[in-house]
Amino acid sequence: MALLDVQNLSVSFNTNDGVVNAVNDVSFAMDAGQTLAIVGESGSGKSQTAFAILGLLAQNGMSSGSVKFQGKEILNAPLEKLNKIRAADIAMVFQDPMTSLNPYMRVSDQMAEVLIHHKGMSKTEAIAESVKMLDAVKIPDAAARVRLYPHEFSGGMRQRVMIAMSLLCKPKLLIADEPTTALDVTVQAQTMTLFSELQSEFGMGVILITHDLGVVAGFCEEVMVLYGGRVMEQGPTDPIFATPSHPYTRGLLKAIPRVDQLNAELDTIPGSPPNMLQAPKGCPFEPRCQYAQEDCVQSLRPLTEFAPARKRACNRELEELV
Amino acid sequence: MLNYIIKRLAIAVPTILVLIVFSFLLMHAAPGGPFTSERAVPPEILANLEAKYGLDQPLYMQIWTYIKNVVFHFDFGPSFTYKDRTVNEIIAQGFPITLTYGSVAFVFAVIVGVSLGVAAAIYHNSWLDYLAVGISIGAQVLPNFVMAPILVLIFTLWLGWLPGGGWENGEVKFLIMPVIALSTSFMASIARIMRSSMLEVMNANHIRTARAKGLPTRQIIFRHALKPAMLPVVSYLGPAFVSMITGSVVIDMFFSTGGIGLFFVNAALNRDYSVMMGITILIGVLTILFNLVVDIIYAWIDPKIRY
Repeated sequence: MALLDVQNLSVSFNTNDGVVNAVNDVSFAMDAGQTLAIVGESGSGKSQTAFAILGLLAQNGMSSGSVKFQGKEILNAPLEKLNKIRAADIAMVFQDPMTSLNPYMRVSDQMAEVLIHHKGMSKTEAIAESVKMLDAVKIPDAAARVRLYPHEFSGGMRQRVMIAMSLLCKPKLLIADEPTTALDVTVQAQTMTLFSELQSEFGMGVILITHDLGVVAGFCEEVMVLYGGRVMEQGPTDPIFATPSHPYTRGLLKAIPRVDQLNAELDTIPGSPPNMLQAPKGCPFEPRCQYAQEDCVQSLRPLTEFAPARKRACNRELEELV
Repeated sequence: MLNYIIKRLAIAVPTILVLIVFSFLLMHAAPGGPFTSERAVPPEILANLEAKYGLDQPLYMQIWTYIKNVVFHFDFGPSFTYKDRTVNEIIAQGFPITLTYGSVAFVFAVIVGVSLGVAAAIYHNSWLDYLAVGISIGAQVLPNFVMAPILVLIFTLWLGWLPGGGWENGEVKFLIMPVIALSTSFMASIARIMRSSMLEVMNANHIRTARAKGLPTRQIIFRHALKPAMLPVVSYLGPAFVSMITGSVVIDMFFSTGGIGLFFVNAALNRDYSVMMGITILIGVLTILFNLVVDIIYAWIDPKIRY
């Protein structure tokens, strides 16, 4: 049985300007101990996919489809049921550590309440456990620092507090939204190593939301490339990096700066992501795609398997992309 | 923190001196004096009276004597209109009354206002929200001088449930109408402020984190949302406190509660210099103290504020 099985997940928001379809028809499955990367530009629907899984959408958000965690449907499940799973089974690391920690509470209280609530620990036990976890994410002098407020930590340390907090209950699935963005490279590596250790120790699955393709290459087995709320390409990491099958994936990979090509100008993808209020009928990437033809404006082929375990959504045949 | 409090109290001293000088000058700038009445007093008697109260001396001497008496003897002088009473006695009689119904009204406004605002925000766009918003708008357009006669009309004249005025050592039935009349508009403002700030806080990222922790909604509201949402209400409390003191004048006139409000108005009308000065200083000191309390509450809520 898959740890997490997401089928046809769609997320939309009712706004004053109309309905915004942030995520369209996303499907993926992952097993315990596996790591999946969700890659895409800002506004591509990565975070909203994650929020929908845990039922954390904003009030005007709606989700449809199916999300099965260990075989049980959790999408739009009643709050009591979700609250048992949140943090205990599926934990989340949020993108913005500056605002995602409660600025009015000591870190000790914020961390301890998770263990007190889910594990029934006493406050002293819970704080001792929190200190251990802060040690594990390399917060120096954790026993003293745990008493501080979030604003007394640097940005990178707050991110590590956030990570430590998410790992407290040893969740079966960790959804990490840009967990390493605020960290410098050495701590980044340490954090990813910590994730790997927990993965091999407890079989924790990780969904890594990122635009750092370097981290993806080094850490994730599966990749899902989102653009304009749609899956463009999906499959195992290595073949995708070796032979990207979608013009957008190609653009992303080309846009990675390389140290061995000092004089070369950095490739970019011209244009900007689509306005989701007037969601394109066809391929959302069409306006920026060098291979686009007229049919791309009208419609986009559904995501189809073109090689073992590899899927792509593009109107152009692979041979056409040269 | 203690240093900050001491510093604030030290700064309060010159503030109060400035307050004394300015009110003294303003008072004397107003036409008329304590002994200008309809009945013409012979000039010799007027001169004697003024000599007795020290009004014949130059203004700076008067201010100096006054400050000296207040600071060194805590003596606010004799009243000019109530011949046998001192200002200290008048304040001692009226202030406890004002303080009693004022603080009850204040606590009432905060508790009811905050609860109403929180409920409206949590059940946003439900009937409860509309009811709360309706009540607060209704209450806000009814200032105390409109609220008081309406209350008397309903509960005294029509229903006969409550006495229309009086104090009787603050017995509950004498307390109800003054408290409601004084607090409604503040309660309404607090409810409105609380509702919008609670709505904002509930959409904050750190509340999403709390939800992701699987905490029950009650715990999210009381542990995570209430404190930050209270901040705008706390900053409103300072000005609200001052307006409440002003409001107590209306209450004292309407319900004959006998608080300092009525003495204050009469003193102003009769140019009873010493009573006016005494009550002005009292209100000034209270305002300074209260703003200090507000600042302390602020620091307690928001750990980023350190003085």
